[in-house]
Order: sequence, then C-alpha cells, then structure tokens
Amino acid sequence: MARETDKRPSVIRSIDWWTICIYIALLTFGWISVCGASYTYGDTDIFSLSTRSGMQLVWIGTSVCIGFVLVMLDDRFYDTFSYIIYGTLLLLLFATIFNPHEIKGSRSWLVLGSLRLQPAEFAKFATALALAKFMSTFGYSIHKLKDFAITMAIVFTPMVFIILQKETGSALVYLAFFLVFYREGMTGSVLFTGVAAVIYFVIGIRFEQIPLLDTPTSAGKFTVLLLIQLFSIAMVLIYCRNKALAWKMFFCCMTATAIFLLFSIYVIPFDIVWIQLVTSAILIGWLLWEGLGSRIRNYYLIVLFALGSMAFFYSADHVLNNVLEIHQRTRINVLLGLDDDLARGGYNVHQSMIAIGSGGIEGKGFLNGTQTKLKFVPEQDTDFIFCTVGEEEGFIGSAGVLLLFLALILRLIHLAERQPYRFGRVYGYSVLSIFLFHVFINVGMVLGLTPVIGIPLPFFSYGGSSLWGFTFLLFIFLRIDAGRNLIRK
Amino acid sequence: MKDFGLENRKYVIAGVAVAIVAIYIVRLFTLQIMSDDYKRNADSNAFFKKIEFPSRGIISDRNGKLMVYNQPAYDIMVVMNEEKGHLDTTEFCNALNISKEFFIKRMDAIKAAPGYSRFTQQLFMSQLSDKDFSIFQEKMFKFPGFYIQKRSIRQYQYPYAAHILGDMAEVSPADIEEDDYYQPGDFIGKLGVERKYEKVLRGEKGVQILLRDARGRIKDRYQNGAFDRRPVPGKNLTLSIDLKLQALGEYLMNGKIGSIVAIEPATGEVLCMVSSPTYDPRIMTGRQRGKNHRMLNLNPWKPLLNRSIMGQYPPGSTFKTTQALTYLSEGIITPSTPFSCNHGFYHRGLHVGCHGHGSPLALTSALTTSCNGYFCWGLYYMIGNRRKYHSPQEAMNTWRDYMVSMGFGYKLGIDLPGEKRGLIPNAEFYDKAYKGSWNGLTIISISIGQGEVNLTPLQIANLGATIANRGYYYTPHVVRKIQGMPLDTAYTTRHYTKAPEWTYRQVVEGMRGAVLKGTCRAANRADYAVCGKTGTAENRGQDHSVFMGFAPMENPKIAIAVYVENGGFGAEYGVPIGALMMEQYINGKLDDNSRKKAEDFHDRTIFYGKGDR
Repeated sequence: MARETDKRPSVIRSIDWWTICIYIALLTFGWISVCGASYTYGDTDIFSLSTRSGMQLVWIGTSVCIGFVLVMLDDRFYDTFSYIIYGTLLLLLFATIFNPHEIKGSRSWLVLGSLRLQPAEFAKFATALALAKFMSTFGYSIHKLKDFAITMAIVFTPMVFIILQKETGSALVYLAFFLVFYREGMTGSVLFTGVAAVIYFVIGIRFEQIPLLDTPTSAGKFTVLLLIQLFSIAMVLIYCRNKALAWKMFFCCMTATAIFLLFSIYVIPFDIVWIQLVTSAILIGWLLWEGLGSRIRNYYLIVLFALGSMAFFYSADHVLNNVLEIHQRTRINVLLGLDDDLARGGYNVHQSMIAIGSGGIEGKGFLNGTQTKLKFVPEQDTDFIFCTVGEEEGFIGSAGVLLLFLALILRLIHLAERQPYRFGRVYGYSVLSIFLFHVFINVGMVLGLTPVIGIPLPFFSYGGSSLWGFTFLLFIFLRIDAGRNLIRK
Repeated sequence: MKDFGLENRKYVIAGVAVAIVAIYIVRLFTLQIMSDDYKRNADSNAFFKKIEFPSRGIISDRNGKLMVYNQPAYDIMVVMNEEKGHLDTTEFCNALNISKEFFIKRMDAIKAAPGYSRFTQQLFMSQLSDKDFSIFQEKMFKFPGFYIQKRSIRQYQYPYAAHILGDMAEVSPADIEEDDYYQPGDFIGKLGVERKYEKVLRGEKGVQILLRDARGRIKDRYQNGAFDRRPVPGKNLTLSIDLKLQALGEYLMNGKIGSIVAIEPATGEVLCMVSSPTYDPRIMTGRQRGKNHRMLNLNPWKPLLNRSIMGQYPPGSTFKTTQALTYLSEGIITPSTPFSCNHGFYHRGLHVGCHGHGSPLALTSALTTSCNGYFCWGLYYMIGNRRKYHSPQEAMNTWRDYMVSMGFGYKLGIDLPGEKRGLIPNAEFYDKAYKGSWNGLTIISISIGQGEVNLTPLQIANLGATIANRGYYYTPHVVRKIQGMPLDTAYTTRHYTKAPEWTYRQVVEGMRGAVLKGTCRAANRADYAVCGKTGTAENRGQDHSVFMGFAPMENPKIAIAVYVENGGFGAEYGVPIGALMMEQYINGKLDDNSRKKAEDFHDRTIFYGKGDR
C-alpha cells in the first residue's frame, strides 16, 4: 500500500476525504436500514447471501471497489471519453425499450444471467459527463439558441428513452439538470416559472371546491389569479426596474379586487373571479402599452408569463381529470388530501407515515420496528426505505440522515465551486442536483409531502444498479476534483 | 472565465437544499414527536387482537334440569385470494346443499362488504349443523381457500318455555352502538332471560395479541402472550320455573289463546309462565332462525308475544278481591255490612246485571257468589263519601293508591324484557275523559274489573300471591340463582300493600267459600284447601275465562292466574285448568282422574276466527 501511495501521492492526498467519510457513513446507515426493512422473524443471519441484507453487503463491497477503480483512473479519461460513454449508454437505453423482460410493469431492467441491471441508473452520470463536456466547449453560451437546443437535447434524449421504458419516475430525475443550467447562467425566471406552475396547480386543485368567505367564489381560483397578478407585478419591479409603474399596478389591482370582494360579501354575492379576469386583462393591456412605449422586451415576456400562467392553470384541471391515468390522478388527489381512501391510493403513504410516526424520538431500535418488519409498508427496502429509518432510529436517526445528505450536498457545492474549469463545475453541479432531487422526492413522498414517484434514496434503497450508479456519479466527480491540483502543476 | 454574478447563485442552490432539509425535519418533528395518533395507529395496525369467546352460561330449571346449553356449530370461512379460480363450483354447492345462484350471490356480497380483504377469512356460511358439517368436511380438501371456524350455538333440551328462555341472534348495529363490547358477528340475547341476563350469561371475552403483517397473516404472539387475557366463562342460571309444571301448562293451553302464571308466594319466584300460542325454542337456533322468526311474526295469533307480561286484559271478577280490601281498609264497609242485589245493581237508571243468589248479603258471601251488585255499591259509596273525601277526585286517587300498592298500573319489574304496565285510571284520567263531569256511577264498572282497568296475567297472579301472603308480595322473578352471585335485592324485598292483614283474612275467607260452595267448586279437593276466585271478563266477543287462586290455604305453596281468551265463564276453562296446575305442583303429579281431565282439556280448542289477535 505504501508503495502505491508513493506512486500516486497527489491523488490520495488531494482527494476530498470529507466526501468519502460522508459516503461511508451513508452506506453504513443504508445497510442497517436494509437489514431492518428486509428482516423477517425467525431469520437471524443478516449476512447470509440469501437475504437482501447479505446481498446489499455484496453491492456495497463492489461499489467501494468501483469507487477505488474510478479514482485510480486518469482524470483526463472522463473528459476525453464523455461523448463515447454517453453514446454507449444512449444505445443501451434505446435497446432496453425493446427489452422483453417486464418487471412490475417496467421494461427498464436488463437481465444478464442472474444479474439484473437498470441502464437508467448509469445514464445519469453519462448524461452529466456529456453535458459537462458540451457546456465547457469554448464560446458556449446558454443564451445562444443553438447551444441551448443542443443542451436540451442532451438532457431530453435519455429522458424520452426512459419514459418509453415506462419508468416515468426515473425520467423526472433529469429535471434536476435545470438547477445546473441555472448555475450556468439560465435566467432564474425559468426556474421561477416552474415553481409557480407547481404552486398554481397545488393551490388551484386543492381549494377549488372551497368557497371564499361566503361568496360563490372558488377560493382556489381566486388565490391563483391573485398570485398571477402579484407575480407579474413583482416581475415588473425586478426585470423592468420600474418601481413607480409596479406600485401603480399593484394599487389598481388590489383596490379593484378588494372593493368587489367587499361588495360580494356584504351586498350581492357573485363570483369575483370574473372581476379578476377583467383586471388581469387590463393589466396585460397595460403591460403591452408600456412595452410598445418603452420598447423593452421584458414587458412582452411578462405578458407571456401572465398569459401562460393562466392558460396553464385553466388547462391543469382538464389535464388532471381527462389526460392523466387513474393511478396518477389518485396519487395527486391523495397528496392534495382530496382522496382519503386508505385502502386504495393512499395506502402506501398512510402506512409509511404511521411507521415513521410510531418511531418517536429515539425509535424502536435496530430490527425492532413492527410496521416495517410486518411488511405493512410496500417497497419498504427500496423506495420506502426511509420509513425504516424513521421507525427504528426515531427522530434523532432520521433527522441525522437528512443532515448527512445536506452535508454531502453542501460539500459538493463547495467542491464544484473550486473547480478551475467549467467541465468540473458543471459535472459537480449535475451530481449534487441529482442527489438533491432524489432526496427531495424520495423523503418527501415518504413524509406525504411530494407525490409518490418511484425513485430510490441514494445509498439507502436496496439494489445494485442504483448503488453502483450513484457511486459512479460521485467518484467520477471526486476524481475530477482530485485532479484540479495536478493539472495546475 | 469566472462570472462572479453567477457564482452567487451557489447560495441560492445551497439555500434550496437547506430549506428542503429544514422543512423535512420540521415534518419529522410533527410526525414523530408532536403527534400520538400515528403511534396508536401503528399498534392497531400491527397487533391482531384475536378474540377468544367465553362459553355462555347454561340455564336449568328450579330442580336442576338442564334446559339450555351450548353446542358446537361450524362456520365456513373463505379466503378469496386462495380460492380464486380453483373451485369446482358444482361439487362445492352439492357438498353444502346450496344452489349455484346462492353461491354466486353470497360471494358477490362478501366482496361488496365494507372492510373486505381478499387475504383474510370471510364468513361464507354460518352455523352449520353437525350433520351438514360432516358431509362438507369429507370433501373439504377439494376446496382450497375454504376453512372451518368452530363456534358454539345455543341448544334447548325441551320444547317448552320459549318465551321465558328467549333466544340469541347476531348483534345489530344498534346493539354495537349501545355497548362497545360487541363486534359485528357477535351473538347477543334478543328475548327473554337470554336478553335480560345477557351480561351475566355472556362472560368476558378473552384476547390474544398477535403480530401480523400487512396481508393479515399471523406472524407471532406479542411478547409471548404477556398481554393476553383469558376469557371468563359466563355464569350459569337456575330458573325458578318448574319444568313439569310449565310443560303441563303448555299442554293444557293447546288450542287456546291465553296465559298461565304461577308464583311461589313466599319468594315471588315464578313457577311457570305459559303464553299460548307458543313455539318450540329449538327452531330459533342456527341458520333457520331468520326464516322461522319471520314465519312466527306473520302468524295472526302472534306466538312471539309473551301474553303473560305483554297481554293487558280486563281482570273481571278476580278484581273484586282488591275492591273488598280497599273498602274494608277505608272503612266504607265492615265485614258485616249488607248490600242488596236483585239480579244486579240498579240506581238512577243505571243497571249492572248479576246472577241469582240470596240478597241482601255480606262481604264473604258476596265474594263467594261473585256478586256484582255488592261491589258496585261499595265503589258508589266510596266515591260519593263526602265526609271522608273532599271530592270524587280525592276518593278516586285514594282508590288508585290502593291499586298501585298492590302492583297494578305500573310494571312489576319482572326480570324479563317487554313487560307492560296495564292500566289503572286515576282522577285526572276521568277528568279528561268526561271533561270533569263524572261520579261513582260513571265509573262503576271498574269495581268489577271491567271498564278502563287492565292487568297483565302476571299482575293477576301476583294478586293471588299477595292474598296468599295476607298483604305483601315479592317482585316476581324467573331467575332463582345466579352462579356465584347474589340475586338483585329488588327480588328479595317485601312490598306491603296499603290494605292491612285483617282485610286480607276476610278476602281469603271469601275465596275459600268460592271453592267450597261458590263459583270455583270444581277446584275443591280433599287433600289440601284451595282458595280461588273466578272471573268472566266481558269484551267485544265471547267472554274471557279467568281464574285466580292459591293453595293450600295455610302456608300457600302456589298462587296462580289462568286467563283463557274467549273461554266463556271463569268456571269453564279457568277453574279446571288452575286446579290441575295446582295439583301438579303440590302433589308433584296428577292422579288418574286428573290426567284424563288434562287430556280432555288438551284436546279442547276454541275457535277464534281468522282475524288478527
């Protein structure tokens, strides 16, 4: 060992040991959770290869080996071969669409003898590499239409292939790359529009049937239209830097709304949404007038935002009821608290919340959870693994795990920012964005806060493909990061 | 290359990550620490509380003869997930002797039931008899997914006393609402002693706490049964009913509508309680219960009605005893006060008929001959007595107080469900009915047990017991002993009436006379002294035949009331049936002569027409 260290002193010294410590800590907790989740009574040997805990140990061992190999490779390797790796994985993804083996309604598994692999898990790091490579080419700008189009193509091609494998959940992970684009200069309003869309959807659907203050107005519609107006006016303030105009618009809209709201409450009840539509139309006309007068393009973009928001909101209801499939609609209704049928769609989430809630402060102890042990929670050692953490390790353990993930992400931001080249930075942000998205969706769905989208919790969920995939993702970045000093030399 | 404006965006991204984790930790905090709901939910989720049913108490008669006991029955359970598509339906239906349509209907009903799970056992058919079960069991290996669950059902040793014993049926949602001890599918006493003594008979359910998984499969016992509870068996009951007497009563009442109630005066124990028509309690067990219950319900003679405590009848002349007690106690008459009676009561154009006997006559003779005129005069003088009472109202309510003290007008409080209170009018009742203008003549018929007065046969029998005791009674009850538990003190306290003992002696004299030389001569016997009083209660159709009496005269062992609807004169049915019953109880058997007479009465039926009763 000492000799090897001598041969490559700089890699071992310059690799980020903090990240490796967090990685090992997460693997350890992950394995303990898989033990808890897959353990059944009377089955004492958690190391036996016939159990999932034993198998997970094999995956962990191989992952560590893969990590070691990845770190030992030359860092220029990834830069050089990124397009080739990406192309190979795309071919593999494409081939998998025609895979005859269907497991749980999904074609994403490639069966090689006794080994089953999910190419989608490996496509993430390949896409990240290709993206890093392309975005680090000389003269690249995300504002150039051609560059932007190619960037989008790099992300959406694997996404479409994965959707065709009927793995919508894994495909959604690719939305995480928008966080990278944001860091690399994409205007923040794109992200904001996305967030706003989610807000419209949740508020609009959740409160659609609830009347506003005894008037025949839908509280959901009222709030969403109010938000659209407020967002538009805020954009005038931020992007057009016209404070006076923004205040004027704010004053007019709010006064009109307030007067008619009071009229509706105390005089003649009527649907105030009509008034809001009228004020919105006036607002849009006003913005267009300002745009014509000042020739500032941003006014038109705000008009586009307002119109798009309204179109989105009014079509969302239609999409929910007529376009989405039943199980997807059920999941959304459950999430919004509109469907209480626990035996049907709400079962998983309800059971997982029971399991977590029963953990208390300190948890029931390793292998002592009744909920997960008795298989109340479906997919409890894969997508719903966080339940076991919550039940057996309690608040202390589960909050600890979340903080560990936060530490990993913050550390990766730090590492990404210290990269001398765009290649390393883009790749680093890709890695941390993917981790963030997984933690956000996976833990959120277990806690009943986000929709049930079947994606694994990194380093926790049982399974070789996902563990290997995350290891590839992380260790390639660690190798690139370790090379930052070597190159400078 | 570095764009410092863009580099600041790392704070936005880090902020998003921190915000997400912070929100999730707050959520964890509310789920795990703030709220107890999820913990409770988890308990009921993972713990399967397996109920262990206690054995229900058995019921025997006063001599220890077993009347009601438990017998194993078999429920057929199905686990749909295991059954799916593997069943030879034709063979299955043949084995259970059911139709294919029933099978399909039943399976659909199970699937539609709330709380249905295809992984757990669902009830397919309940309470198979031994015979049906043995046929099915032989072929059971061919029917995967079907299981047998053993439970016990009530069995009746004899076809008698259906109204007293009552029956059991599955709990209704209302029962569960009332007492959360019950769960759907449990059985509860619905009528009679089974219902009244439900809490004593049922015992206490036990529970085994088992761990199970989300598919309902049992995995293990929780902490090796440390929290399990053993079932507590129900307590056995000894009835005060004399089975032989009850059987004879039901035998004699064959073909007649009416009731016989006998009470042991010294204790208030009900020796027999016959309500006719009756039914065989054995048809009310098992799967045919519903069908038979419907059938009995549709019967125009209403066999489900326990006429002994639910029938409210005019007591007729048996009521004259209570009048004698009241007039004597109030000083309206003395034992030697004579009243005249010339074939009835004539006064101011009112006429109450009577039959031929000597006149004028004193109290005991009036009772012996059952003179209407005498008691009409008594009431007339009582209501009209302005020296003693300020108003007819006051006189009326004094009269009412006597009646209530004798156990009339309110429920006696027997330990059976559904008892009726009868009717004893008071001053307000008549004020309302006659708008305040009434006097002794208006209401004269209540003095001879007609008019507004209504009693249950149990109240008439209790009157007999009170006279036999010379002035007090115990609340009648049908349960004599509860295993390991004292009887409710309500059944061991004496209730004294408002009439003193000496007035009762006069009435006993009169009743003895009625047996020796009056209307009850047929009840006279050489081996013990019988006292009795007939009644012939007028009503829309043929008169009701009534008898109330007790024997022996000193240290009475039995007091009895016989009520035969439309039986004519009291002497026609009431007296002979009462005599046979008393003989059976006092001698333990009937002599040859009486047995022949009993057979004769068994065969006599009264034609009631087809109308509802």
